[in-house]
Amino acid sequence: MIVSTERTISVTVNGVPRETTVPARRLLSDALRHDLQLTGTHVGCEHGVCGACTVLVDGTPVRSCLVLAVQVDGKAVTTVEGLARDDGRGGEILHPVQEAFRECHALQCGFCTPGFLMTMAAGLEARDRSTDITEDEVDEIVGGNLCRCTGYANIKKACRHAAGLMKEAAE
Amino acid sequence: MTTKLMGEPVRRREDLRLITGRGRYTDDIGHGAAAAAFVRSPYAHARILGIDVDAALDVEGVIAIYTYEDLVGPMAEPLPVLIPHPQLTAPRTGFPLARDVVQHVGEAVVMVVATDRYVAEDVCDRITVSYEELPVVVGVDAARAAAHAVHEDVPDNVAARHHQETGDVEAALAASARTLSFTQYIERSACMPMEGKGVHAVWNHDDSSLRVHTSTQASTSVRAAIAAKLQLSLEKVEVIAPDVGGGFGVKIVHPWPEELLVPMAAIALGQPVHWAEDRREHFISSAHEREQRQEITVGYDDEGRVTALDVRAWHDNGAYTPYGIIVPIVTATQLVGPYAVPVYRVRIDSVYTNTVIVTPYRGAGRPQGCYAMERTMDRIAQDLGLDRAEVRRRNLIQPDQFPYDHHLTFQDGRPVIYDSGNYEGLLDKLVALVGWDRAEERRAEAASRGKQLGIGMAMYVEGTGPGPYEGGHVQVLGSGKVLVSTGLTSQGQGHETAFAQIVAHELGVPIEDVEVTTGDTRRFGYAVGTFASRAAVMSGNAIALAARGVRAKALRIAADVLEADVDDLEIDEGLVQVKGTPGASIPLRTVAVLSNPLRYAFDEAARQATQFAGPGDDSKPPVAVGDAPGLEHVDYYSPIRSTFASGAHAAVVEIDPTTWEIDVVDYAVVHDCGNIINPMIVEGQVHGGVAQGVGGALYERMAYDGDGQLQNASFMDFLMPYASEVPDVVIDHQETPSPLNPLGLKGAGEAGVIPGTACIASAIEDAVGRRIAAMPISPTELYDLVRNPDAERVPAAPTGVPA
Repeated sequence: MIVSTERTISVTVNGVPRETTVPARRLLSDALRHDLQLTGTHVGCEHGVCGACTVLVDGTPVRSCLVLAVQVDGKAVTTVEGLARDDGRGGEILHPVQEAFRECHALQCGFCTPGFLMTMAAGLEARDRSTDITEDEVDEIVGGNLCRCTGYANIKKACRHAAGLMKEAAE
Repeated sequence: MTTKLMGEPVRRREDLRLITGRGRYTDDIGHGAAAAAFVRSPYAHARILGIDVDAALDVEGVIAIYTYEDLVGPMAEPLPVLIPHPQLTAPRTGFPLARDVVQHVGEAVVMVVATDRYVAEDVCDRITVSYEELPVVVGVDAARAAAHAVHEDVPDNVAARHHQETGDVEAALAASARTLSFTQYIERSACMPMEGKGVHAVWNHDDSSLRVHTSTQASTSVRAAIAAKLQLSLEKVEVIAPDVGGGFGVKIVHPWPEELLVPMAAIALGQPVHWAEDRREHFISSAHEREQRQEITVGYDDEGRVTALDVRAWHDNGAYTPYGIIVPIVTATQLVGPYAVPVYRVRIDSVYTNTVIVTPYRGAGRPQGCYAMERTMDRIAQDLGLDRAEVRRRNLIQPDQFPYDHHLTFQDGRPVIYDSGNYEGLLDKLVALVGWDRAEERRAEAASRGKQLGIGMAMYVEGTGPGPYEGGHVQVLGSGKVLVSTGLTSQGQGHETAFAQIVAHELGVPIEDVEVTTGDTRRFGYAVGTFASRAAVMSGNAIALAARGVRAKALRIAADVLEADVDDLEIDEGLVQVKGTPGASIPLRTVAVLSNPLRYAFDEAARQATQFAGPGDDSKPPVAVGDAPGLEHVDYYSPIRSTFASGAHAAVVEIDPTTWEIDVVDYAVVHDCGNIINPMIVEGQVHGGVAQGVGGALYERMAYDGDGQLQNASFMDFLMPYASEVPDVVIDHQETPSPLNPLGLKGAGEAGVIPGTACIASAIEDAVGRRIAAMPISPTELYDLVRNPDAERVPAAPTGVPA
């Protein structure tokens, strides 16, 4: 028997309060992409393995293909579209991880990139910015996402670079 | 002066949209379209007895259900054999939806269209297909034995017998001072781009036209295939490859059933239809590569110089041969690598199995060829007690031997003639880069830590940039913007950046003014596709020629205006000027305006080109005979044959004799892809290729059981490397330009993956002293090998000590 119960949820997405009605079974990844048309979040495996769909839920990285949309009712979700800040003049200020990815050639096809950016942004924001990042920290931050293009060398480089930018900004 | 752009690590122009979530991949397009989903065969080989859709028809939201019976005209015929070959004597392809027999798990049987994907899958769940199971063939050895046939009318399971030889190999072997023979296997992996395939089709009823977005490596050919199969006029079909989330070969195959069925449904239903492949579908219904059995016999002299090489191999092509025998041809012809092999014979049978089709995956047969040749070099070294680097050195083609004709026929139907190279230079650099001569010290140091250390190397030559052609269009607008387009597609290689560098350099304009479009048939209709490391070589040169055409025209027009000689003009930062005469100049954007004589002034810039704007030459027509309005040019590059890139890799592994974990601790790459447009991008390609090489050597395999069920069809179980599995890579460059094309380029896309399996096998063998005869190898398999008293022992050969 196919039962499709709908629920209306309130969720703050990239700082904007949104209300949407979704079937109870709708994955958060699909709700973001198809109901809210935030297609920057990508789906690579639907099993929570690759990390491409990673978003922040109340600041914590979450694989949006493993979460139902109804589970984020009342919470705040940040997607890659919300990572840069508004500069107040119609432009945007990129997050240091975005700057670093561009500077270090840490992306090729770009499909896994949003997941890496969200994971790395959360990881770097959670650490003590006054210290230099260690290789163990870099490995920890980039170690859970799959990329098929870059071989990770430049993603690790971008992680170090972003940590450096964040350290400078904190000084 | 314009900033130097060629050869510089210019930051990528694609990146801003991709890091801010503004990229547009196929699944990001077409909000609200109806969704397609497929019922796929759960059996590897079975006859379809019936399809019952009754229970599915009352699902709310179902729009249409299609089976083979609903296909008409060319759609009811088998899918095309894309690359016919005289030796492909028994080609077989499937139907867009299976007709009466399914040949592998995952073959599409029913297409459902519904209001959304969730509903479409509900509908699929309620469709019952009844099957009669048939005997299943899995693996090259079962295919060879032919106890059962995959295709009833191909009883020996042989699709093709590929055979090339350069002389009498049996006589040459008989005359050789020494010979040795061995057999080895290499297993299946797959491209596994992070984005699966996807198709979005919109039928415009008002003008009877079709627009298709598809995640493809060949949009122009998909367009032609759709037009042919759906019986549409070519000009009524547009195909666009938007941002594509990786390809690595799997997306060069076309038309995939879904690329025909989704547009078919969009036309029939009069509404947009969308399909996004999920990861399980990608595992069981896209393509794999690599599986071969290789039997090698080599003759050589007492100094280790090869005198004859005889290769007998069996290549598993899966259930069908839509891409012909390209992979075995590439194995056969690229196997000889950088070595002078006086007499060579290769015979590869391409055989059917009840598994997913085998079509090119980055390297496309080269990793297997490299594995055969490089392990042969290692075995000669072991037999003679020589250093492995030294044996290779003695067999290398020398720099003064170019062009070097192997007397073989390549995958483009053209001779394998190496255009240029310096293989000894590669080897010298590799030996220095990896510290080959310090291997024994390192082995002892590792042993003191309880680890078994080994070192291995492998060299390769890669035919890149095959034809037949690519084209480029360059147009300067009155705004100063420079539009560039080429028909081949991009999957993350940075073409927008590399091609913009070429145009900015050739034309003398700021790179910021250049906008590049790839893979959009609305912009450029003639193309072949992105494969075989050909984009930079083919489209790069075509675009350079097109830019040179624009430059010549701009100088001609500017010479008239400035009353100067063409030879005295230069273009710099978008300004055409008389050399050494400041002030005597005209902006390129003004030249663009003047290039198009106008009657109507639709904006300020256009006023300058209208008929009363200035004194004209009444004795000539406004557009000269043979000329055309507009500052634009189209040109094509069509090479006489492929250009041959080359490289050498070395790996150092440490093995833990308790867990038999294999850790690649160092990885060194020396490569030569001729002149480099953007070294940052080239290094990125190398890094990515090496990661796939390590994955293919140690982790990735398609675990089919005897029933043809893929046991690891998810990222949970198919082990692609994470960052923790990929070693740091050190890279050294050598640039030997190709004499064949104007920019001196050779391809760089695939190189990184080619020697991975060969050099890691060599390193593991060096570490444990046991013959590695099958790759990839897991810690468990290594443990079993080392514990097996019958396993072949490898005599210790000196490493780094010239004999």
